[in-house]
Amino acid sequence: MSTLDTTPEPTMTTDAGLPELADITALTEGSPTLLRLATAGGVDDGKSTLIGRLLHDTKSVLADQLAAVEAASKQRGWKGELADLALLTDGLRAEREQGITIDVAYRYFATADRSYVLADTPGHVQYTRNTVTGASTADVVVVLVDARNGVVEQTRRHLAVMSLLRVPHLVVALNKIDLVEDPEKVYTDVRAEIGTIAGALGLRDVHVVPLSALNGDNVVEPSGDTPWYAGPTLLQLLETLPPGQDLRSGPFRMPVQLVIRPQQGAVDPAQVDYRGYAGLITSGEISVGDEVQVSPSGRTTTVEGIDRADRSVQTAEAGLSVTLRLADELDVSRGDLLCAAPGPEPTDRSSAVLCWLAEMPLRPGARVLLKHGTRTVQARIGEIHEKLDIASLERVPAETGELNDLVRVDLLLSQALPLEDYEATREGGSFILVDPQDATTLAAGMVGARLRA
Amino acid sequence: MTALAPETRPAPPAEEGPTLLDALEAEAIHIIREVVAELERPVMLFSGGKDSVVMLHLAAKALWPAPVPFPVMHVDTGHNFPEVLEFRDRTVERHGLDLVVASVEEYLADGRLQERPDGTRNPLQTMPLLDAIEEHRFDAVFGGGRRDEDKARAKERVFSLRNAFGQWDPKNQRPELWHLYNTRHRAGENLRVFPLSNWTELDVWRYIAREGIELPSLYYAHERPVFERDGMWLSPGEWGALREGEVPETRLVRYRTVGDMSCTGAVLSEAHSAEDVVAEVAATTVTERGATRADDRLSEAAMEDRKKEGYF
Repeated sequence: MSTLDTTPEPTMTTDAGLPELADITALTEGSPTLLRLATAGGVDDGKSTLIGRLLHDTKSVLADQLAAVEAASKQRGWKGELADLALLTDGLRAEREQGITIDVAYRYFATADRSYVLADTPGHVQYTRNTVTGASTADVVVVLVDARNGVVEQTRRHLAVMSLLRVPHLVVALNKIDLVEDPEKVYTDVRAEIGTIAGALGLRDVHVVPLSALNGDNVVEPSGDTPWYAGPTLLQLLETLPPGQDLRSGPFRMPVQLVIRPQQGAVDPAQVDYRGYAGLITSGEISVGDEVQVSPSGRTTTVEGIDRADRSVQTAEAGLSVTLRLADELDVSRGDLLCAAPGPEPTDRSSAVLCWLAEMPLRPGARVLLKHGTRTVQARIGEIHEKLDIASLERVPAETGELNDLVRVDLLLSQALPLEDYEATREGGSFILVDPQDATTLAAGMVGARLRA
Repeated sequence: MTALAPETRPAPPAEEGPTLLDALEAEAIHIIREVVAELERPVMLFSGGKDSVVMLHLAAKALWPAPVPFPVMHVDTGHNFPEVLEFRDRTVERHGLDLVVASVEEYLADGRLQERPDGTRNPLQTMPLLDAIEEHRFDAVFGGGRRDEDKARAKERVFSLRNAFGQWDPKNQRPELWHLYNTRHRAGENLRVFPLSNWTELDVWRYIAREGIELPSLYYAHERPVFERDGMWLSPGEWGALREGEVPETRLVRYRTVGDMSCTGAVLSEAHSAEDVVAEVAATTVTERGATRADDRLSEAAMEDRKKEGYF
């Protein structure tokens, strides 16, 4: 019962054996960055073991967690040298009992330069909704491939979904490379095959790393057994991929969350006349003096000030939450978009791909709520065109959609919105559909997207 | 068609974009602003513990120069450290906030709850919490929970729907996509919202150091009479009386978490400032809950079980 009794005495003394990677005290001096990572793959591909290995080898697993996992491994009859690292990631009772991953779990590890938020998503086909959840905000997705099987249907499915979601960077982790007879040939073949698929899907940046999660080869430390591989280890690669680059290079966009107008309630008496527009910059950058347009009204003004709470800055970029002060008193409220002129043309109809997330089937004519940026409007499903058969990876004509289907549909909106093409901007082209009756999240939507396989 | 990157080792990137702390701050502020904009009766859990102090600091930044527009709530076990309660009241007053106190003691006094054999009151917080949410008709409850704290928390969404009984259904969570949070809910349901979901203990301390955020003094090294039980350093009080063989001794300690005094342990420490704590946490070998929370050591699924019943 008390599997955690092996917890060591909780003093805070530094373990003299802690290696260089744990030297993150330097972080108070430097400016580490945040990389959002997601994994896709099945239990059989060794995904949980790979994540366990990343956590373990970056010294992100602490003694009491490891002791708990060791105890649990023993209890389950684990014979390996180390503990069953897969147990580090299975959080729910049902998952441990059934040896499966049910839902997205978030894990954290850090090196001296970077902190990682890892969304661990289940690999089974029927959990596409979780894969989409984990990958929608990811800078990088790691797709597991078992070297003994090579590229299989599930690999193609994952790559098709990642392509649809426009994940900026993909890493194929060619796992269990130690278990094949001619690893160099397997690597070369898989690399070629992945290259062909990536080209067909329009994937932008794809890497292949041969590794063994169980032995730790090419995960954090380079392997001595892969002399034919000149590339980086998985972690070395993750350390160099640039997060959020696609967002910063786009035109300025900031959906307005709130109008901040404290009047007599101001925490600083000097600010009773303050009027600012608060939001998260989702694309590009903005400087004091820049012209901005308000969408959908189309009016323009200039930025008078950029506040990060009580600190004013000259410039701010995508990924920061700010409050903008504008030179003219325009009608701006929650749901409006502040953007570089000329902004996207508002439209009240659109074609989009939906990843259907609900048990209730998708039907033409359905009345839904659509949230885009910070605005929620009523919408109706128009014609349903086709769906991607996730099993055969073929596009087939469709009149309805079921849970986990990827479906291309037309949408009619009650109000024109500044919808952008998802392929050009993940932030400006994404929306969710919500059931107006029971408030369920029905679908993840991508404006203008095409189904490819 | 050159999607495939060359096999060579890439050069280290020219680092640009927001730093880690700026990215985490921006995410938390965005979450807080969504709640303020879309929900009618939010409340923020505030115990005076470091995570809730950081969360309140973020709320003040999210809305500046407007005041924080919602009340704060503390579920008081009656086993709180006096210096933390004093800090709680002083902070609430400084921000000009209304404080709702849900008292476990009151429930024990009138028999709605009974003291547990082990004397721990953390699991007893659920009923007063749920009753207070219902009484005040709160539709969103900000909590300072972090996903790195526990393997059940690691599965929870930022906006986590609770049914009319306050329960969490981990197998049936709403997908959470991009920055598009679905804040809608049916009558009687409420949302638990965790702006610090993606922060680690180290991030919280780095942020406290960067922002110069004040904390209750017991987060820093101080001399205190403590005794050792089950490998933890506990503070003797009117509850949790010494058992045979337990001898209090004065040690230099600090607390990594501040909760129910009867089950919250101190750690031996010489960290006198937030910067010292950052260095200490970065080098630690034990998680904060493993080190200091007796109640979380009970079983592999202790937290999952409490959360399903409506706990924070």
